[in-house]
Amino acid sequence: MDDRKMQDKSLLQNKDMLVYKTHSMKGKDISQGLGFMLLVLCTGTALVFLGSIIYFITIRGIRVISWEFITDVPRMAMMKGGVAPAIIGTFYLTLVSISFAFPLGLACAIYLTEYSPKGTIINIIRLSINNLAGVPSIVFGLFGFAVFVNAFGFGVSILSGGLTLGIMALPGIIATSQDAILAVPQSYREASLALGATHWDTIKKVVLPAALPGILTGVILNVGRVAGETAPILFTAATFYTRGFPHSIFSEVMALPYHIYALMTEGTHPEVQTQIAYGCALILLCLVLSVSAIAIILRQRQRKMYGQ
Amino acid sequence: MTKERFYKWIFTALAFSSLFFLLGIMITLLVQALPMFRQVGILRFIGGKYWYPTYSTPSFGILPLMLGSVVVTTGAACVCIPLGVGSALYIHELAGPIQRAILKPVIEILAGIPSIVYGFFGMVIMAPMVQRFFGIPTGLNAFTASLMLGVMATPTVCSIAEDALNVVPSSFKEASLALGANRWQTLVKVIIPAAGSGISTAIILGMSRAVGETMTVLMVAGGAACIPRSIFDPVRPMTATIAAEMGEAVMGSLHFHALFAIGLVLFVITFIFNIVAEIISRRFRLRLGLGR
Repeated sequence: MDDRKMQDKSLLQNKDMLVYKTHSMKGKDISQGLGFMLLVLCTGTALVFLGSIIYFITIRGIRVISWEFITDVPRMAMMKGGVAPAIIGTFYLTLVSISFAFPLGLACAIYLTEYSPKGTIINIIRLSINNLAGVPSIVFGLFGFAVFVNAFGFGVSILSGGLTLGIMALPGIIATSQDAILAVPQSYREASLALGATHWDTIKKVVLPAALPGILTGVILNVGRVAGETAPILFTAATFYTRGFPHSIFSEVMALPYHIYALMTEGTHPEVQTQIAYGCALILLCLVLSVSAIAIILRQRQRKMYGQ
Repeated sequence: MTKERFYKWIFTALAFSSLFFLLGIMITLLVQALPMFRQVGILRFIGGKYWYPTYSTPSFGILPLMLGSVVVTTGAACVCIPLGVGSALYIHELAGPIQRAILKPVIEILAGIPSIVYGFFGMVIMAPMVQRFFGIPTGLNAFTASLMLGVMATPTVCSIAEDALNVVPSSFKEASLALGANRWQTLVKVIIPAAGSGISTAIILGMSRAVGETMTVLMVAGGAACIPRSIFDPVRPMTATIAAEMGEAVMGSLHFHALFAIGLVLFVITFIFNIVAEIISRRFRLRLGLGR
Protein backbone atom coordinates (compact mmCIF):
# COMPACT_ATOMS: atom_id res chain seq x y z
CA MET A 1 0.00 0.00 0.00
CA ASP A 2 2.89 2.34 0.82
CA ASP A 3 4.22 1.89 -2.67
CA ARG A 4 0.94 3.00 -4.09
CA LYS A 5 0.86 6.16 -1.95
CA MET A 6 4.30 7.08 -3.17
CA GLN A 7 3.18 6.49 -6.69
CA ASP A 8 0.20 8.79 -6.18
CA LYS A 9 2.43 11.47 -4.72
CA SER A 10 4.65 11.45 -7.71
CA LEU A 11 1.58 11.77 -9.86
CA LEU A 12 0.51 14.97 -8.06
CA GLN A 13 2.63 16.87 -10.50
CA ASN A 14 0.19 16.07 -13.23
CA LYS A 15 -3.31 17.04 -12.21
CA ASP A 16 -5.18 15.44 -15.07
CA MET A 17 -3.47 12.21 -14.50
CA LEU A 18 -4.30 12.29 -10.80
CA VAL A 19 -8.00 12.75 -11.49
CA TYR A 20 -7.92 9.90 -13.94
CA LYS A 21 -6.01 7.74 -11.51
CA THR A 22 -8.24 8.19 -8.44
CA HIS A 23 -11.37 7.85 -10.48
CA SER A 24 -10.38 4.59 -12.08
CA MET A 25 -8.98 3.28 -8.79
CA LYS A 26 -12.45 3.31 -7.28
CA GLY A 27 -14.07 1.74 -10.30
CA LYS A 28 -11.58 -1.02 -10.63
CA ASP A 29 -11.64 -1.85 -6.94
CA ILE A 30 -15.41 -2.18 -7.03
CA SER A 31 -15.31 -4.33 -10.12
CA GLN A 32 -12.63 -6.46 -8.51
CA GLY A 33 -14.75 -6.97 -5.42
CA LEU A 34 -17.85 -7.81 -7.48
CA GLY A 35 -15.88 -10.07 -9.79
CA PHE A 36 -14.33 -12.04 -6.98
CA MET A 37 -17.70 -12.32 -5.27
CA LEU A 38 -19.09 -13.78 -8.50
CA LEU A 39 -16.32 -16.37 -8.60
CA VAL A 40 -16.97 -17.34 -4.98
CA LEU A 41 -20.66 -17.63 -5.82
CA CYS A 42 -19.99 -19.89 -8.82
CA THR A 43 -17.70 -22.18 -6.86
CA GLY A 44 -20.11 -22.24 -3.93
CA THR A 45 -23.07 -23.13 -6.15
CA ALA A 46 -21.15 -25.91 -7.87
CA LEU A 47 -20.01 -27.39 -4.57
CA VAL A 48 -23.45 -27.09 -2.95
CA PHE A 49 -25.06 -28.81 -5.93
CA LEU A 50 -22.57 -31.66 -6.07
CA GLY A 51 -22.54 -31.95 -2.30
CA SER A 52 -26.32 -32.17 -2.10
CA ILE A 53 -26.35 -35.06 -4.58
CA ILE A 54 -23.97 -37.00 -2.38
CA TYR A 55 -25.79 -35.93 0.79
CA PHE A 56 -29.29 -36.96 -0.33
CA ILE A 57 -28.17 -40.28 -1.69
CA THR A 58 -26.17 -41.03 1.43
CA ILE A 59 -28.87 -40.27 4.00
CA ARG A 60 -31.63 -42.02 2.06
CA GLY A 61 -29.48 -44.92 0.93
CA ILE A 62 -27.99 -45.72 4.31
CA ARG A 63 -31.43 -46.71 5.66
CA VAL A 64 -31.73 -49.43 3.06
CA ILE A 65 -28.28 -50.89 3.31
CA SER A 66 -27.76 -53.87 5.54
CA TRP A 67 -25.55 -56.93 5.49
CA GLU A 68 -28.37 -58.82 3.79
CA PHE A 69 -28.75 -56.11 1.14
CA ILE A 70 -25.12 -56.41 0.13
CA THR A 71 -24.67 -60.16 0.30
CA ASP A 72 -28.02 -61.75 -0.60
CA VAL A 73 -29.64 -62.46 -3.95
CA PRO A 74 -32.96 -60.73 -4.75
CA ARG A 75 -36.00 -62.60 -3.45
CA MET A 76 -39.78 -62.30 -3.90
CA ALA A 77 -39.64 -60.22 -7.10
CA MET A 78 -37.06 -57.81 -5.61
CA MET A 79 -39.20 -57.09 -2.57
CA LYS A 80 -36.82 -58.93 -0.24
CA GLY A 81 -33.22 -60.00 -0.31
CA GLY A 82 -30.35 -57.97 -1.67
CA VAL A 83 -28.44 -56.89 -4.72
CA ALA A 84 -25.31 -59.05 -4.44
CA PRO A 85 -25.55 -60.33 -8.05
CA ALA A 86 -25.49 -56.74 -9.29
CA ILE A 87 -22.36 -55.95 -7.28
CA ILE A 88 -20.65 -59.12 -8.50
CA GLY A 89 -21.79 -58.40 -12.06
CA THR A 90 -20.28 -54.93 -12.00
CA PHE A 91 -17.06 -56.49 -10.67
CA TYR A 92 -16.90 -59.06 -13.51
CA LEU A 93 -17.67 -56.48 -16.21
CA THR A 94 -14.95 -54.18 -14.90
CA LEU A 95 -12.49 -57.07 -14.67
CA VAL A 96 -13.08 -58.16 -18.28
CA SER A 97 -12.93 -54.63 -19.62
CA ILE A 98 -9.71 -53.71 -17.84
CA SER A 99 -7.96 -56.97 -18.70
CA PHE A 100 -8.81 -56.24 -22.33
CA ALA A 101 -7.95 -52.54 -22.33
CA PHE A 102 -4.86 -52.59 -20.09
CA PRO A 103 -2.41 -54.53 -22.31
CA LEU A 104 -3.56 -52.67 -25.42
CA GLY A 105 -3.43 -49.28 -23.75
CA LEU A 106 -0.04 -49.91 -22.18
CA ALA A 107 1.43 -51.07 -25.48
CA CYS A 108 0.10 -47.98 -27.19
CA ALA A 109 1.51 -45.74 -24.46
CA ILE A 110 4.92 -47.44 -24.69
CA TYR A 111 4.95 -46.96 -28.44
CA LEU A 112 4.00 -43.28 -28.21
CA THR A 113 6.52 -42.44 -25.50
CA GLU A 114 9.48 -44.79 -26.00
CA TYR A 115 9.55 -45.34 -29.74
CA SER A 116 8.33 -41.77 -30.32
CA PRO A 117 7.28 -42.03 -33.94
CA LYS A 118 7.41 -38.92 -36.05
CA GLY A 119 5.00 -36.66 -37.88
CA THR A 120 1.98 -38.16 -39.53
CA ILE A 121 1.87 -41.44 -37.63
CA ILE A 122 1.85 -39.85 -34.19
CA ASN A 123 -0.74 -37.32 -35.33
CA ILE A 124 -3.04 -40.01 -36.65
CA ILE A 125 -2.73 -42.05 -33.46
CA ARG A 126 -3.24 -39.01 -31.19
CA LEU A 127 -6.23 -37.87 -33.20
CA SER A 128 -7.86 -41.28 -33.06
CA ILE A 129 -7.27 -41.59 -29.30
CA ASN A 130 -8.80 -38.17 -28.66
CA ASN A 131 -11.76 -38.91 -30.87
CA LEU A 132 -12.33 -42.35 -29.38
CA ALA A 133 -12.41 -40.65 -25.99
CA GLY A 134 -15.16 -38.34 -27.26
CA VAL A 135 -17.46 -40.99 -28.74
CA PRO A 136 -20.75 -40.99 -26.80
CA SER A 137 -21.17 -43.97 -24.50
CA ILE A 138 -24.41 -45.03 -26.17
CA VAL A 139 -22.60 -45.28 -29.51
CA PHE A 140 -20.16 -47.73 -27.92
CA GLY A 141 -23.25 -49.62 -26.85
CA LEU A 142 -24.53 -49.73 -30.44
CA PHE A 143 -21.13 -50.88 -31.69
CA GLY A 144 -20.90 -53.61 -29.04
CA PHE A 145 -24.41 -54.75 -29.85
CA ALA A 146 -23.80 -54.95 -33.60
CA VAL A 147 -20.32 -56.47 -33.38
CA PHE A 148 -19.91 -58.51 -30.20
CA VAL A 149 -23.51 -59.52 -29.51
CA ASN A 150 -24.65 -60.15 -33.09
CA ALA A 151 -21.74 -60.50 -35.51
CA PHE A 152 -19.41 -62.43 -33.16
CA GLY A 153 -22.30 -64.27 -31.57
CA PHE A 154 -21.26 -63.69 -27.96
CA GLY A 155 -24.87 -62.81 -27.15
CA VAL A 156 -25.87 -60.51 -24.34
CA SER A 157 -23.08 -61.48 -21.97
CA ILE A 158 -20.30 -60.43 -19.63
CA LEU A 159 -17.86 -60.86 -22.52
CA SER A 160 -19.75 -58.54 -24.91
CA GLY A 161 -20.30 -55.91 -22.22
CA GLY A 162 -16.74 -56.17 -20.92
CA LEU A 163 -15.21 -55.76 -24.37
CA THR A 164 -17.48 -52.80 -25.12
CA LEU A 165 -16.50 -51.15 -21.85
CA GLY A 166 -12.87 -52.02 -22.56
CA ILE A 167 -12.82 -50.14 -25.86
CA MET A 168 -14.37 -47.21 -24.07
CA ALA A 169 -11.70 -47.31 -21.33
CA LEU A 170 -8.84 -47.55 -23.82
CA PRO A 171 -8.18 -43.81 -24.35
CA GLY A 172 -8.17 -43.21 -20.60
CA ILE A 173 -5.70 -46.02 -19.97
CA ILE A 174 -3.43 -44.80 -22.77
CA ALA A 175 -3.45 -41.26 -21.37
CA THR A 176 -2.68 -42.24 -17.77
CA SER A 177 0.00 -44.77 -18.77
CA GLN A 178 1.61 -42.21 -21.03
CA ASP A 179 1.77 -39.71 -18.16
CA ALA A 180 3.32 -42.33 -15.90
CA ILE A 181 5.97 -43.32 -18.44
CA LEU A 182 6.79 -39.70 -19.27
CA ALA A 183 7.34 -39.01 -15.56
CA VAL A 184 10.30 -41.42 -15.51
CA PRO A 185 13.40 -39.20 -15.67
CA GLN A 186 15.26 -39.28 -18.96
CA SER A 187 18.52 -39.95 -17.08
CA TYR A 188 17.30 -43.48 -16.19
CA ARG A 189 17.04 -44.35 -19.86
CA GLU A 190 20.37 -42.77 -20.68
CA ALA A 191 22.11 -44.61 -17.85
CA SER A 192 20.71 -47.92 -19.01
CA LEU A 193 21.60 -47.33 -22.65
CA ALA A 194 25.09 -46.19 -21.63
CA LEU A 195 25.58 -49.49 -19.81
CA GLY A 196 25.00 -51.26 -23.08
CA ALA A 197 21.40 -52.35 -22.61
CA THR A 198 19.29 -52.49 -25.75
CA HIS A 199 16.23 -50.34 -26.30
CA TRP A 200 13.78 -53.09 -25.37
CA ASP A 201 15.84 -54.12 -22.32
CA THR A 202 15.79 -50.52 -21.17
CA ILE A 203 12.01 -50.36 -21.54
CA LYS A 204 11.42 -53.70 -19.84
CA LYS A 205 13.93 -53.48 -16.99
CA VAL A 206 14.24 -49.77 -16.33
CA VAL A 207 11.36 -47.67 -17.63
CA LEU A 208 8.42 -49.96 -16.93
CA PRO A 209 9.40 -50.88 -13.35
CA ALA A 210 9.92 -47.20 -12.57
CA ALA A 211 6.60 -46.25 -14.17
CA LEU A 212 4.65 -49.17 -12.72
CA PRO A 213 3.15 -47.39 -9.67
CA GLY A 214 1.91 -44.59 -11.91
CA ILE A 215 0.54 -46.99 -14.49
CA LEU A 216 -1.35 -48.96 -11.86
CA THR A 217 -2.76 -45.76 -10.38
CA GLY A 218 -4.05 -44.87 -13.84
CA VAL A 219 -5.68 -48.27 -14.12
CA ILE A 220 -7.43 -47.79 -10.77
CA LEU A 221 -8.69 -44.39 -11.93
CA ASN A 222 -10.19 -46.00 -15.03
CA VAL A 223 -11.72 -48.84 -13.01
CA GLY A 224 -13.75 -46.20 -11.21
CA ARG A 225 -14.97 -44.75 -14.48
CA VAL A 226 -15.83 -48.08 -16.08
CA ALA A 227 -17.72 -49.40 -13.06
CA GLY A 228 -20.25 -46.58 -13.20
CA GLU A 229 -21.02 -46.76 -16.93
CA THR A 230 -24.52 -47.74 -17.90
CA ALA A 231 -25.18 -46.91 -21.53
CA PRO A 232 -22.58 -49.26 -23.07
CA ILE A 233 -23.97 -52.28 -21.21
CA LEU A 234 -27.66 -51.52 -21.83
CA PHE A 235 -27.88 -53.83 -24.84
CA THR A 236 -24.64 -55.77 -24.48
CA ALA A 237 -24.58 -57.28 -21.01
CA ALA A 238 -27.12 -56.12 -18.50
CA THR A 239 -30.39 -57.63 -17.41
CA PHE A 240 -32.84 -56.69 -14.68
CA TYR A 241 -33.00 -60.01 -12.89
CA THR A 242 -30.98 -63.19 -12.72
CA ARG A 243 -31.60 -66.12 -10.41
CA GLY A 244 -28.37 -65.96 -8.50
CA PHE A 245 -24.87 -65.31 -9.71
CA PRO A 246 -23.51 -65.47 -13.27
CA HIS A 247 -22.09 -68.87 -14.24
CA SER A 248 -19.83 -68.10 -17.16
CA ILE A 249 -18.45 -65.31 -19.25
CA PHE A 250 -21.30 -65.89 -21.69
CA SER A 251 -24.15 -65.32 -19.23
CA GLU A 252 -26.01 -62.05 -18.91
CA VAL A 253 -25.51 -60.19 -15.67
CA MET A 254 -27.10 -57.75 -13.32
CA ALA A 255 -24.97 -54.63 -12.88
CA LEU A 256 -25.32 -51.91 -10.26
CA PRO A 257 -25.71 -48.90 -12.58
CA TYR A 258 -28.18 -50.68 -14.85
CA HIS A 259 -30.04 -51.98 -11.83
CA ILE A 260 -30.73 -48.42 -10.66
CA TYR A 261 -32.16 -47.57 -14.07
CA ALA A 262 -34.26 -50.73 -14.25
CA LEU A 263 -35.62 -50.26 -10.74
CA MET A 264 -36.81 -46.78 -11.67
CA THR A 265 -38.39 -47.71 -14.99
CA GLU A 266 -39.58 -51.31 -14.76
CA GLY A 267 -41.33 -53.51 -12.24
CA THR A 268 -44.54 -53.19 -10.30
CA HIS A 269 -43.72 -51.72 -6.89
CA PRO A 270 -42.38 -48.22 -7.52
CA GLU A 271 -42.11 -47.15 -3.87
CA VAL A 272 -40.15 -50.16 -2.67
CA GLN A 273 -38.04 -50.13 -5.83
CA THR A 274 -37.10 -46.48 -5.34
CA GLN A 275 -35.81 -47.36 -1.88
CA ILE A 276 -33.73 -50.21 -3.29
CA ALA A 277 -32.46 -47.85 -5.98
CA TYR A 278 -31.26 -45.45 -3.27
CA GLY A 279 -29.35 -48.32 -1.71
CA CYS A 280 -27.79 -49.28 -5.06
CA ALA A 281 -26.92 -45.67 -5.84
CA LEU A 282 -25.16 -45.33 -2.49
CA ILE A 283 -23.18 -48.54 -3.00
CA LEU A 284 -22.21 -47.46 -6.52
CA LEU A 285 -21.27 -43.98 -5.37
CA CYS A 286 -19.13 -45.36 -2.53
CA LEU A 287 -17.40 -47.85 -4.83
CA VAL A 288 -16.70 -45.37 -7.62
CA LEU A 289 -15.74 -42.40 -5.47
CA SER A 290 -13.51 -44.37 -3.11
CA VAL A 291 -11.72 -46.05 -6.01
CA SER A 292 -11.08 -42.73 -7.74
CA ALA A 293 -10.16 -41.02 -4.47
CA ILE A 294 -7.54 -43.70 -3.81
CA ALA A 295 -6.17 -43.28 -7.32
CA ILE A 296 -6.02 -39.50 -7.11
CA ILE A 297 -4.33 -39.48 -3.70
CA LEU A 298 -1.80 -42.09 -4.83
CA ARG A 299 -1.07 -40.05 -7.92
CA GLN A 300 -0.45 -36.91 -5.92
CA ARG A 301 2.07 -38.75 -3.76
CA GLN A 302 3.83 -40.15 -6.80
CA ARG A 303 4.04 -36.71 -8.36
CA LYS A 304 5.68 -35.38 -5.25
CA MET A 305 8.16 -38.24 -5.37
CA TYR A 306 9.34 -37.17 -8.80
CA GLY A 307 9.37 -33.59 -7.60
CA GLN A 308 6.84 -32.30 -10.12
CA MET B 1 18.52 -57.27 -33.09
CA THR B 2 15.62 -59.30 -34.41
CA LYS B 3 14.10 -59.29 -30.94
CA GLU B 4 14.29 -55.52 -30.87
CA ARG B 5 12.56 -55.21 -34.21
CA PHE B 6 9.97 -57.79 -33.25
CA TYR B 7 8.94 -55.79 -30.19
CA LYS B 8 8.90 -52.56 -32.11
CA TRP B 9 6.56 -54.07 -34.67
CA ILE B 10 4.25 -55.43 -31.98
CA PHE B 11 4.00 -52.07 -30.26
CA THR B 12 3.49 -50.27 -33.55
CA ALA B 13 0.66 -52.62 -34.44
CA LEU B 14 -1.02 -52.33 -31.04
CA ALA B 15 -0.65 -48.55 -31.06
CA PHE B 16 -3.06 -48.42 -33.97
CA SER B 17 -5.78 -50.16 -31.95
CA SER B 18 -7.55 -46.85 -31.21
CA LEU B 19 -7.66 -46.02 -34.91
CA PHE B 20 -8.83 -49.55 -35.58
CA PHE B 21 -11.71 -49.29 -33.11
CA LEU B 22 -12.61 -45.79 -34.25
CA LEU B 23 -12.83 -46.97 -37.85
CA GLY B 24 -14.66 -50.07 -36.69
CA ILE B 25 -17.30 -47.96 -34.97
CA MET B 26 -17.62 -45.71 -38.01
CA ILE B 27 -17.99 -48.60 -40.45
CA THR B 28 -20.43 -50.49 -38.22
CA LEU B 29 -22.64 -47.43 -37.87
CA LEU B 30 -22.48 -46.71 -41.61
CA VAL B 31 -23.31 -50.27 -42.60
CA GLN B 32 -26.18 -50.53 -40.15
CA ALA B 33 -27.54 -47.10 -41.00
CA LEU B 34 -27.35 -47.53 -44.76
CA PRO B 35 -30.71 -49.32 -45.26
CA MET B 36 -32.35 -46.41 -43.43
CA PHE B 37 -30.78 -43.75 -45.64
CA ARG B 38 -31.55 -45.77 -48.75
CA GLN B 39 -35.24 -46.10 -47.94
CA VAL B 40 -35.97 -42.73 -46.39
CA GLY B 41 -33.22 -40.47 -47.69
CA ILE B 42 -30.82 -38.45 -45.61
CA LEU B 43 -32.67 -35.15 -45.94
CA ARG B 44 -36.04 -36.55 -44.94
CA PHE B 45 -34.36 -38.35 -42.07
CA ILE B 46 -32.58 -35.29 -40.69
CA GLY B 47 -35.23 -32.72 -41.61
CA GLY B 48 -38.35 -34.78 -40.90
CA LYS B 49 -40.56 -33.34 -38.18
CA TYR B 50 -42.21 -36.54 -37.02
CA TRP B 51 -40.68 -39.46 -35.18
CA TYR B 52 -43.28 -42.24 -35.25
CA PRO B 53 -41.14 -45.35 -35.65
CA THR B 54 -43.77 -47.86 -34.55
CA TYR B 55 -46.85 -46.58 -36.44
CA SER B 56 -48.29 -48.74 -39.22
CA THR B 57 -47.00 -46.11 -41.65
CA PRO B 58 -43.87 -45.19 -39.72
CA SER B 59 -42.22 -41.81 -40.02
CA PHE B 60 -38.53 -41.41 -39.28
CA GLY B 61 -37.78 -37.70 -38.92
CA ILE B 62 -35.19 -36.97 -36.26
CA LEU B 63 -35.62 -33.19 -36.19
CA PRO B 64 -37.51 -33.32 -32.85
CA LEU B 65 -34.80 -35.54 -31.38
CA MET B 66 -32.02 -33.29 -32.64
CA LEU B 67 -33.81 -30.23 -31.29
CA GLY B 68 -34.19 -32.07 -27.99
CA SER B 69 -30.44 -32.58 -27.87
CA VAL B 70 -29.79 -28.96 -28.86
CA VAL B 71 -32.13 -27.54 -26.20
CA VAL B 72 -30.74 -29.75 -23.45
CA THR B 73 -27.12 -29.13 -24.42
CA THR B 74 -27.59 -25.37 -24.67
CA GLY B 75 -29.27 -25.39 -21.28
CA ALA B 76 -26.42 -27.44 -19.86
CA ALA B 77 -23.93 -24.93 -21.30
CA CYS B 78 -25.71 -22.09 -19.49
CA VAL B 79 -25.17 -23.99 -16.24
CA CYS B 80 -21.72 -25.49 -16.67
CA ILE B 81 -19.89 -22.57 -18.29
CA PRO B 82 -20.38 -20.12 -15.41
CA LEU B 83 -20.06 -22.80 -12.73
CA GLY B 84 -17.14 -24.65 -14.29
CA VAL B 85 -15.10 -21.71 -15.54
CA GLY B 86 -16.00 -19.64 -12.47
CA SER B 87 -14.76 -22.28 -10.08
CA ALA B 88 -11.63 -22.83 -12.18
CA LEU B 89 -10.88 -19.10 -11.91
CA TYR B 90 -11.60 -19.25 -8.20
CA ILE B 91 -9.20 -22.15 -7.66
CA HIS B 92 -6.58 -20.46 -9.80
CA GLU B 93 -6.84 -16.94 -8.47
CA LEU B 94 -8.48 -16.78 -5.05
CA ALA B 95 -7.99 -20.10 -3.32
CA GLY B 96 -5.10 -20.29 -0.89
CA PRO B 97 -2.68 -23.21 -0.99
CA ILE B 98 -4.71 -25.30 1.48
CA GLN B 99 -8.03 -24.64 -0.26
CA ARG B 100 -6.46 -25.48 -3.57
CA ALA B 101 -4.90 -28.66 -2.24
CA ILE B 102 -8.38 -29.77 -1.16
CA LEU B 103 -10.52 -28.38 -4.00
CA LYS B 104 -8.49 -29.73 -6.93
CA PRO B 105 -8.67 -33.41 -5.98
CA VAL B 106 -12.27 -33.02 -4.75
CA ILE B 107 -13.37 -31.61 -8.11
CA GLU B 108 -11.55 -34.41 -9.88
CA ILE B 109 -13.18 -37.03 -7.68
CA LEU B 110 -16.60 -35.45 -8.26
CA ALA B 111 -15.99 -35.73 -12.01
CA GLY B 112 -16.20 -39.47 -11.44
CA ILE B 113 -19.80 -39.51 -10.18
CA PRO B 114 -21.52 -41.91 -12.61
CA SER B 115 -24.12 -40.40 -14.93
CA ILE B 116 -26.75 -42.84 -13.68
CA VAL B 117 -26.47 -41.24 -10.25
CA TYR B 118 -27.21 -37.81 -11.76
CA GLY B 119 -30.15 -39.33 -13.60
CA PHE B 120 -31.47 -40.95 -10.46
CA PHE B 121 -31.02 -37.80 -8.37
CA GLY B 122 -32.70 -35.73 -11.10
CA MET B 123 -35.63 -38.10 -11.22
CA VAL B 124 -36.36 -38.53 -7.51
CA ILE B 125 -35.29 -35.18 -6.05
CA MET B 126 -34.76 -32.50 -8.68
CA ALA B 127 -37.83 -33.17 -10.82
CA PRO B 128 -40.40 -32.93 -7.98
CA MET B 129 -38.66 -29.75 -6.79
CA VAL B 130 -38.80 -28.17 -10.26
CA GLN B 131 -42.42 -29.23 -10.68
CA ARG B 132 -43.49 -27.62 -7.40
CA PHE B 133 -41.36 -24.51 -7.83
CA PHE B 134 -42.63 -23.60 -11.29
CA GLY B 135 -46.09 -25.14 -10.89
CA ILE B 136 -45.86 -27.18 -14.09
CA PRO B 137 -47.47 -30.54 -14.89
CA THR B 138 -44.25 -32.52 -14.93
CA GLY B 139 -40.78 -32.00 -13.53
CA LEU B 140 -39.30 -34.41 -16.07
CA ASN B 141 -38.52 -31.91 -18.81
CA ALA B 142 -35.77 -30.18 -20.75
CA PHE B 143 -35.13 -27.71 -17.94
CA THR B 144 -34.40 -30.32 -15.28
CA ALA B 145 -32.35 -32.33 -17.75
CA SER B 146 -30.27 -29.25 -18.65
CA LEU B 147 -29.70 -28.52 -15.00
CA MET B 148 -28.52 -32.05 -14.21
CA LEU B 149 -26.36 -32.26 -17.34
CA GLY B 150 -24.85 -28.86 -16.58
CA VAL B 151 -23.97 -29.84 -13.03
CA MET B 152 -22.58 -33.09 -14.33
CA ALA B 153 -20.29 -31.39 -16.85
CA THR B 154 -19.12 -28.78 -14.31
CA PRO B 155 -16.23 -30.76 -12.75
CA THR B 156 -14.94 -31.74 -16.20
CA VAL B 157 -15.04 -28.17 -17.49
CA CYS B 158 -13.50 -26.92 -14.24
CA SER B 159 -10.52 -29.23 -14.20
CA ILE B 160 -9.67 -28.77 -17.91
CA ALA B 161 -10.08 -24.98 -17.64
CA GLU B 162 -7.91 -24.97 -14.53
CA ASP B 163 -5.18 -26.84 -16.38
CA ALA B 164 -5.38 -24.24 -19.16
CA LEU B 165 -5.02 -21.40 -16.64
CA ASN B 166 -1.99 -23.06 -15.09
CA VAL B 167 -0.24 -23.18 -18.44
CA VAL B 168 -0.27 -19.37 -18.78
CA PRO B 169 3.28 -18.27 -17.93
CA SER B 170 3.44 -16.39 -14.63
CA SER B 171 5.43 -13.64 -16.34
CA PHE B 172 2.20 -12.51 -18.05
CA LYS B 173 0.61 -11.95 -14.67
CA GLU B 174 3.68 -10.31 -13.18
CA ALA B 175 3.98 -7.90 -16.10
CA SER B 176 0.35 -6.87 -15.81
CA LEU B 177 0.54 -6.34 -12.04
CA ALA B 178 3.75 -4.38 -12.47
CA LEU B 179 1.95 -2.03 -14.85
CA GLY B 180 -0.48 -1.17 -12.06
CA ALA B 181 -3.45 -3.35 -13.00
CA ASN B 182 -5.19 -4.96 -10.06
CA ARG B 183 -5.79 -8.69 -9.75
CA TRP B 184 -9.23 -8.61 -11.36
CA GLN B 185 -8.05 -6.57 -14.34
CA THR B 186 -5.10 -8.90 -14.72
CA LEU B 187 -7.43 -11.88 -14.61
CA VAL B 188 -9.96 -10.53 -17.11
CA LYS B 189 -7.65 -8.74 -19.51
CA VAL B 190 -4.50 -10.84 -19.42
CA ILE B 191 -4.94 -14.31 -17.99
CA ILE B 192 -8.35 -15.16 -19.46
CA PRO B 193 -7.46 -14.02 -22.99
CA ALA B 194 -4.15 -15.89 -22.78
CA ALA B 195 -5.90 -19.04 -21.61
CA GLY B 196 -8.92 -18.33 -23.82
CA SER B 197 -8.54 -21.14 -26.28
CA GLY B 198 -7.72 -23.56 -23.48
CA ILE B 199 -10.91 -22.53 -21.72
CA SER B 200 -12.84 -22.88 -24.98
CA THR B 201 -11.44 -26.37 -25.34
CA ALA B 202 -12.72 -27.15 -21.85
CA ILE B 203 -16.16 -25.82 -22.74
CA ILE B 204 -16.31 -27.71 -26.04
CA LEU B 205 -15.27 -30.96 -24.38
CA GLY B 206 -17.87 -30.36 -21.67
CA MET B 207 -20.50 -29.77 -24.35
CA SER B 208 -19.39 -32.85 -26.23
CA ARG B 209 -19.91 -34.82 -23.05
CA ALA B 210 -23.36 -33.29 -22.60
CA VAL B 211 -24.46 -34.09 -26.17
CA GLY B 212 -23.39 -37.70 -25.83
CA GLU B 213 -24.69 -38.22 -22.31
CA THR B 214 -27.35 -40.87 -22.19
CA MET B 215 -28.56 -42.03 -18.82
CA THR B 216 -29.25 -38.62 -17.32
CA VAL B 217 -31.39 -37.43 -20.21
CA LEU B 218 -33.03 -40.82 -20.57
CA MET B 219 -34.29 -40.63 -17.00
CA VAL B 220 -34.90 -36.90 -16.60
CA ALA B 221 -35.77 -35.32 -19.96
CA GLY B 222 -39.31 -36.71 -20.10
CA GLY B 223 -39.05 -38.68 -23.32
CA ALA B 224 -41.62 -36.93 -25.55
CA ALA B 225 -40.46 -37.09 -29.17
CA CYS B 226 -42.03 -33.83 -30.34
CA ILE B 227 -40.55 -30.47 -31.20
CA PRO B 228 -40.16 -28.56 -27.92
CA ARG B 229 -42.02 -25.22 -27.64
CA SER B 230 -40.49 -24.12 -24.34
CA ILE B 231 -37.70 -25.15 -22.01
CA PHE B 232 -40.31 -26.74 -19.72
CA ASP B 233 -41.50 -29.21 -22.38
CA PRO B 234 -40.48 -32.83 -22.09
CA VAL B 235 -37.99 -33.75 -24.82
CA ARG B 236 -36.36 -36.89 -26.13
CA PRO B 237 -32.74 -36.25 -27.10
CA MET B 238 -31.02 -38.54 -29.60
CA THR B 239 -29.09 -40.56 -27.04
CA ALA B 240 -32.21 -41.23 -24.98
CA THR B 241 -34.07 -42.36 -28.11
CA ILE B 242 -31.44 -44.98 -28.89
CA ALA B 243 -31.31 -46.21 -25.31
CA ALA B 244 -35.07 -46.36 -24.88
CA GLU B 245 -36.01 -47.92 -28.21
CA MET B 246 -33.21 -50.39 -28.97
CA GLY B 247 -34.80 -52.97 -26.69
CA GLU B 248 -38.12 -52.94 -28.51
CA ALA B 249 -36.91 -52.50 -32.10
CA VAL B 250 -37.08 -55.72 -34.11
CA MET B 251 -33.62 -56.75 -35.33
CA GLY B 252 -33.16 -55.81 -38.96
CA SER B 253 -36.31 -53.70 -39.13
CA LEU B 254 -36.26 -50.16 -40.44
CA HIS B 255 -36.64 -48.89 -36.87
CA PHE B 256 -33.50 -50.83 -35.87
CA HIS B 257 -31.51 -49.26 -38.70
CA ALA B 258 -32.96 -45.84 -37.89
CA LEU B 259 -31.50 -46.08 -34.37
CA PHE B 260 -28.07 -46.84 -35.83
CA ALA B 261 -28.52 -43.86 -38.14
CA ILE B 262 -29.15 -41.68 -35.08
CA GLY B 263 -25.97 -43.15 -33.60
CA LEU B 264 -24.13 -42.12 -36.75
CA VAL B 265 -25.45 -38.55 -36.51
CA LEU B 266 -24.33 -38.42 -32.86
CA PHE B 267 -20.93 -39.81 -33.78
CA VAL B 268 -20.46 -37.16 -36.48
CA ILE B 269 -21.52 -34.34 -34.14
CA THR B 270 -19.13 -35.34 -31.35
CA PHE B 271 -16.41 -35.99 -33.94
CA ILE B 272 -16.73 -32.39 -35.14
CA PHE B 273 -16.73 -31.11 -31.55
CA ASN B 274 -13.52 -33.01 -30.83
CA ILE B 275 -11.73 -31.93 -33.99
CA VAL B 276 -12.59 -28.29 -33.23
CA ALA B 277 -11.37 -28.69 -29.66
CA GLU B 278 -8.17 -30.27 -30.95
CA ILE B 279 -7.50 -27.45 -33.42
CA ILE B 280 -8.16 -24.76 -30.82
CA SER B 281 -5.98 -26.38 -28.18
CA ARG B 282 -3.12 -26.84 -30.65
CA ARG B 283 -3.29 -23.17 -31.58
CA PHE B 284 -3.38 -22.29 -27.87
CA ARG B 285 -0.19 -24.17 -27.11
CA LEU B 286 1.55 -22.70 -30.12
CA ARG B 287 0.54 -19.17 -29.19
CA LEU B 288 1.97 -19.50 -25.71
CA GLY B 289 5.16 -20.83 -27.25
CA LEU B 290 4.84 -24.29 -25.72
CA GLY B 291 5.09 -26.35 -28.87
CA ARG B 292 3.16 -29.59 -29.10
